[in-house]
Amino acid sequence: MTVLLTGLDQREASTAPIGRANPAAKLLVASIISVALILTVDPVTAGVALALELAALPWCGLPLRKLFRTSWIILLGAIPAGIFTLLFGVDSGSTLLGLGPVTITEGSLESAVAITLRILAIGLPGVVLLATTDPTDLADALSQNLRLPHRFVLSALAALRLVGLLAQEWQTLSMARRARGLEQGVRAFGGQVFALLVIAIRRGTVLATTMEARGFGVDAPRTWARRAHFGRGDWLVVLGGVGVAAVATTAGVLAGTWNLLLT
Amino acid sequence: MSEPGPPLVEARGWGWRHSTRKAWAVRGLDLRIEPGERVLLLGASGAGKSTLLAGLAGLLDPDESGGDEEGVLLIDGVQTRRARQEAVRDGHAVTGLLLQDPQAQTVLARCGDDVAFGLENHAVPETEIWPKVHKALDGVGFPYPVEHSTGQLSGGERQRLALAGVLALGPGLLLLDEPTAMLDPEGADQVRQTIATVLEMTGAGCILIEHRVEPWLPLIDRVVVLEPGGGVYADGPPGRVFAEQTDSLAAAGVWVPGNGGRSGAAGRVGVGKQVVAVGRSPLLTAQGLAARRPGQEQPPVRDVDLVVRAGRALAITGANGAGKSTLALALAGLTAPAAGKLTASDALAKGAGPDPHKWRAGQLVSRIGTVFQDPQHQFVAPTVEQELAVGPERVASQKKRLFGKANPATTSQIGGLLERLRLDHLARANPYTLSGGEQRRLSVATVLATAPDVLVLDEPTFGQDARTWAELAALLVELLGEGKAVVAATHDAELVELLAAHGEVVKL
Repeated sequence: MTVLLTGLDQREASTAPIGRANPAAKLLVASIISVALILTVDPVTAGVALALELAALPWCGLPLRKLFRTSWIILLGAIPAGIFTLLFGVDSGSTLLGLGPVTITEGSLESAVAITLRILAIGLPGVVLLATTDPTDLADALSQNLRLPHRFVLSALAALRLVGLLAQEWQTLSMARRARGLEQGVRAFGGQVFALLVIAIRRGTVLATTMEARGFGVDAPRTWARRAHFGRGDWLVVLGGVGVAAVATTAGVLAGTWNLLLT
Repeated sequence: MSEPGPPLVEARGWGWRHSTRKAWAVRGLDLRIEPGERVLLLGASGAGKSTLLAGLAGLLDPDESGGDEEGVLLIDGVQTRRARQEAVRDGHAVTGLLLQDPQAQTVLARCGDDVAFGLENHAVPETEIWPKVHKALDGVGFPYPVEHSTGQLSGGERQRLALAGVLALGPGLLLLDEPTAMLDPEGADQVRQTIATVLEMTGAGCILIEHRVEPWLPLIDRVVVLEPGGGVYADGPPGRVFAEQTDSLAAAGVWVPGNGGRSGAAGRVGVGKQVVAVGRSPLLTAQGLAARRPGQEQPPVRDVDLVVRAGRALAITGANGAGKSTLALALAGLTAPAAGKLTASDALAKGAGPDPHKWRAGQLVSRIGTVFQDPQHQFVAPTVEQELAVGPERVASQKKRLFGKANPATTSQIGGLLERLRLDHLARANPYTLSGGEQRRLSVATVLATAPDVLVLDEPTFGQDARTWAELAALLVELLGEGKAVVAATHDAELVELLAAHGEVVKL
């Protein structure tokens, strides 16, 4: 949720070369690195990718404090996933620690490290994308540069604005339901979610009407008030992403740890 | 691409039935509105006023959204749906629609982008977009630059921004669906003046839906009253229609000008009835109280000292954003004091302890009842009847928890309340399907069901028609007479006046 909600406020234009790149370029980088890392689970490939990403961080215009504030949810996923693999992963190699049915072996340790590094290396570019990109600019880039259907992209953008409103509505609902005599609890939670849904649909309907009344949704060509420019700098950023993926994969193959996950 | 003049509107036997509904929203409508005419559209709730505006905006499409259509609805001789599509391709709009809810009419995150949105959809060339955006924002007197975030605008500013988005497209007919119903008086004034200026400047026509007629009268040159499920009930210049239809319009909830309207209602309930001094013992005492909403860091309300007494009213008033509602929520025991103290007397607490915000919800509901601004926030049951039973059940289960026995509310008690608030014919209806006025009455009834000693109301008359206003006012006076304490956060000057006669006013 933190990642989502921080994506809602409009932020000042970044001056860092990667931070201010076209959002489509940042999205391409995140996708390329993800694909390279999804192919394999090995500590070398993921580790090298993560190291290169961290090395590029100073050019992203994202202060460490803000990075941690927006990325804790990824750490929250990566660390338990690693521990789980460590304890219950497929055992191989010599046993390092045995506690009844739970054994930690060289094999499970390696997998655990690989899984944790992989989640972090895939997650980091995504966090940078969300934390340094204005949602409106992202929508412009997706429709104008990547040629995604603008009706879908702009609807999603408008809906995103309503999400922030719903957070306020949720708090009002909590108080309103206490005033009706309902204690906060698991059972009450379901009812409150339903009430929020009703409000969301009502507001969404008005928003859709507003948009249609201003000519949205008619099957006709559209112009853009803001030109999303994809320039040489943006190609360099994409090239950098390709570089990270290539170097990491090469390192994994040379170290002999790279293994295609599908086989 | 010159902008066309105001269009001619014609309805011939027009009708529309929403999908999933049995009854027609509008049927057999014959109406002709000349170019540039400014029409006030009246009719009881459910008479199909909003449906007609949506139809004129070209937004009703049997093929796309479902629904049935009869007859024809034309703008300059073209079917409204087609007129809308042609307008999009031509780069300007025929009609401009402004709705009630300011929050739900902001599309984008930056003010300039929001105004440009419609121009982009109408394929206006990039070089022409920004001059038009600036012109539209100037036209509505918008105080911020184009880069300004839409996140923190007030309701009135938001409505003017939405109006700019509509005006940028140069429509010849404005369709206004209660554009000021959700605004405070100051914001409503601004929006009304802006609309007046715009109509004067552009010569555009308008069709306006509005309960509170009086302040709009200088703009209007014709009144059309719709018959629920039927055609036109009355039609003509405002003076004549209001003179001939005073009673039927008042019954439909219109604040008929010259008929006393809201002030007449206040006079009827306020002065005649003398409140018997019942005890006047203190129930809630605030000392140096600071209040804030959850998630708010700085409390907007500080150092409040006041006493809520039995049988006395307390009106909390003040400018927008002064924290009227925030203070009301704190007094209602729904938020913890940010600083200072709120103490319940023994007479109110009945053994639950001195801090209302620490009470369990089941205890709170029989001691302090709160009516929220939006009734829908408080609906928790599938029928009106069950909605009224929820509070008493919560109280009963709370008592059971403590004493091992319970006496749930009798059905006769609920029946009595339904009758008192004219909801008896709706006992089995789903609360969400009720009209605005009915929802308000139900939300008050649910609070009364547990007979709390203190009633806290947040903007209870907001967006209500004349009839609901008068009923609510009468009920509050009655409750004061029974010895209840009534606390109301409101910017409704007449409600403040009414309550001041039975207690005191706190201005934030």
